[in-house]
Amino acid sequence: MAKHQTPLLDQLETGPWPSFVSDIKQEAAHRAANPDGLDYQVPVDCPDDLLGVLELSFKDKETHWKHGGIVGVFGYGGGVIGRYCDQPEMFPGVAHFHTVRLAQPSGKYYTSEYLRGVMDIWDLRGSGLTNMHGSTGDIVLLGTTTPQLEEIFYDVTHKMNTDLGGSGGNLRTPADCLGQSRCEFACYDTQDLCHTLTNDYQDELHRPAFPYKFKFKFDGCPNGCVASIARSDFSVIGTWKDDIRIDQDRVKAYVAGEFKPGGGSHSGRDWGKFDIVKEVVDRCPTGCMSYDGAKLAIDNSNCTRCMHCINTMPAAVKIGTETGASILVGAKAPILDGAQMSSLLVPFVVVEQPYDEIKEVIENIWDWWMEEGKNRERVGETMKRLSFQKLLEVTNTKAMPQHVVEPRSNPYIFFKEEEVPGGFAHDEKAYRQRHMR
Amino acid sequence: MAFISSGYNPDKPMEGRITDIGPRNFEEFYPPVIKKNKGQWDYHEIVKPGVLKHVALSGDTVYTVRVGAARLMSVTHIREICEIADKHCGGHLRFTTRNNVEFMVETEAAANALVADLETRKFPGGSYKFPVGGTGACVSNIVHTQGYVHCHTPATDASGPVKAVMDEMFSYFQSMTLPAMVRISLACCLNMCGAVHCSDIGIVGIHRKPPIVEHDRLDNICEVPLAVSACPTGAIKPTKVEVDGKKLNSVAVNASRCMYCGNCYTMCPSLPLSDQEGDGVIIMVGGKVSNRISMPKFSKVAVAFIPNEPPRWPTLAKVVKKIIEVYAAEANKYERLGDWAERIGWESFFEKCELDFTHHLIDDFRDPAYFTWRQSTNFNF
Repeated sequence: MAKHQTPLLDQLETGPWPSFVSDIKQEAAHRAANPDGLDYQVPVDCPDDLLGVLELSFKDKETHWKHGGIVGVFGYGGGVIGRYCDQPEMFPGVAHFHTVRLAQPSGKYYTSEYLRGVMDIWDLRGSGLTNMHGSTGDIVLLGTTTPQLEEIFYDVTHKMNTDLGGSGGNLRTPADCLGQSRCEFACYDTQDLCHTLTNDYQDELHRPAFPYKFKFKFDGCPNGCVASIARSDFSVIGTWKDDIRIDQDRVKAYVAGEFKPGGGSHSGRDWGKFDIVKEVVDRCPTGCMSYDGAKLAIDNSNCTRCMHCINTMPAAVKIGTETGASILVGAKAPILDGAQMSSLLVPFVVVEQPYDEIKEVIENIWDWWMEEGKNRERVGETMKRLSFQKLLEVTNTKAMPQHVVEPRSNPYIFFKEEEVPGGFAHDEKAYRQRHMR
Repeated sequence: MAFISSGYNPDKPMEGRITDIGPRNFEEFYPPVIKKNKGQWDYHEIVKPGVLKHVALSGDTVYTVRVGAARLMSVTHIREICEIADKHCGGHLRFTTRNNVEFMVETEAAANALVADLETRKFPGGSYKFPVGGTGACVSNIVHTQGYVHCHTPATDASGPVKAVMDEMFSYFQSMTLPAMVRISLACCLNMCGAVHCSDIGIVGIHRKPPIVEHDRLDNICEVPLAVSACPTGAIKPTKVEVDGKKLNSVAVNASRCMYCGNCYTMCPSLPLSDQEGDGVIIMVGGKVSNRISMPKFSKVAVAFIPNEPPRWPTLAKVVKKIIEVYAAEANKYERLGDWAERIGWESFFEKCELDFTHHLIDDFRDPAYFTWRQSTNFNF
């Protein structure tokens, strides 16, 4: 017998897509039955009460979670988000319902043994509900009480060799695509770079020293599966400098229908026979390709590495061998001054251990932003306020045409005083000798 | 309940304390075939919707079965995922950026057995626990935020509308019939924890009423200057008010300058702005993060407001379905939704999708607004 009547939520149990309502109910039943005989450390009925408060929100069309609440573990300034219900008497099981963020492994590969270990801790000490994963990438453990926080931290560090993730004005838990582990497009080892930087910057991740949040994301290629260009202050996107590799025999095999275009990505519909000219050559945004009926040719000097030909014929057309990454900076969501994507700062960097060149860019940006950034200002906003030129200056980067889509169309140019012969001072006397008042 | 100690001693918090260890090393979790062939993959195919085949230069293959998931997941559900991984995959699995789960096996026969097993697993209400799909020219899983489940600032729910929209999109999730991939994302307020601003379809919760000002307690729990400086349009000013005969410091909100971003509420809990009538969602369209064929682009607002209609948000689901159906019928192969809208012109997009174009859709925020107005006589009637 359900603790709360949930006629609105019950309507989300039908339909084919996995029902989170059914899943929460499943957890409520599991905790009520308690097959493992646990002495649950937070209210046993918190999944029931979560359904109850959610049903009330569906009725009221308003949230029932209070603003804020500062809780955490000793020595860290992030990783736990305090959350309290604004109807604690109706829903005592979720009156205190804090979130714990755990650092996810790069690429989000797991073993069942590891996940079971985390789940055993969360079954005992939390609500039994999670997000796999949060928007930034963490394992999100959803709902526990303040006395359990140090216990959970002790358990995850000692038993699972796992740390908390980031929150607040910190480096947030970095995230990546699966990279070279299972993708032929990956131009560098996203997982190793992500893991290495996460560990090298643990202090920045756990102890707030920044004006606001700072996110790293690592895409292995310009397809951008982890959306770093939209979702991270510091976006590292794989690319290459040399020629696209072409296997002409396999090109013929695609034309002959032995390989399916896009690996079969469009096979649910009859788009007609694969037409390499129409579907690849003519769709190339720079028009740098040609096909003479036998051989595919690419003018690599005009290629901008958009990935279309590679995506369409992955067996025949491949990324180059001089691989690395581009670094773009400053993406953010609309709050406060409008949404931004990251802007290109470093067109090409070699991505190799110990990643000193990349770390130098990061640390130069941080030094500048920590000095100049306003409270709650993302680095993308600092860039807009103080200019892209300033970002170039602090990262010791020379301006180049790759930095812009087009040059400026207004003539309001700031020159540095040393760029003007004689500086900014005029010879007023000489001027007035040439020009009478 | 008897308190069970982990071993942590509150009197000596530093005793045996382990900190700053970061995540587990990813290499511990690789399936053997992944570990062996990392960096040596030759090409991939999509054998059927939801099943990827990657071929290594060594000749090894790995078959990946991708299944959709509600990102809100219980311990019991995750244990079932573990059981499946143990039964079919030597205990290995992974999650994707879009909240899908991937099970990896080494032969096509094993992949077929896995798919057959997954398809039989359902919740009592009838929904699939592990629907196979989300590959190629499909609607993949929706990335989303917390909504009413756990957030203090949402203007809409997240899990509810996601379930409602994905039920409508289900056949597109399980097939590869679209002109290109369609990425749907949902953020329950403008903070956009999910950064949905570059999605083919972005669903975003918005408020429409300026904040309540709780004069009687504002000065006790907020820093007035922080509340003032939080406002991007300068709509908030310090003021003095009289409450029960007492002069109090507070703020005044210029309602005509407020665009309901909620940033003041983030800084000051005495300025709540959620409201049954005021809150709802907008639909943004045509964004992308990939560089394929065209550059990454922002999503544009196509529908300025849809009310919150729990539990199944029928208007939202209907409009999203309509846009996808028109796109599916009209766009060229490989053309993303935004590229299609730009090719046919936004005036045709609104006509074909039967959407009203209202004054709300013309940008009026800061300098970039000007560049979205039309400085040309080239347009369609």
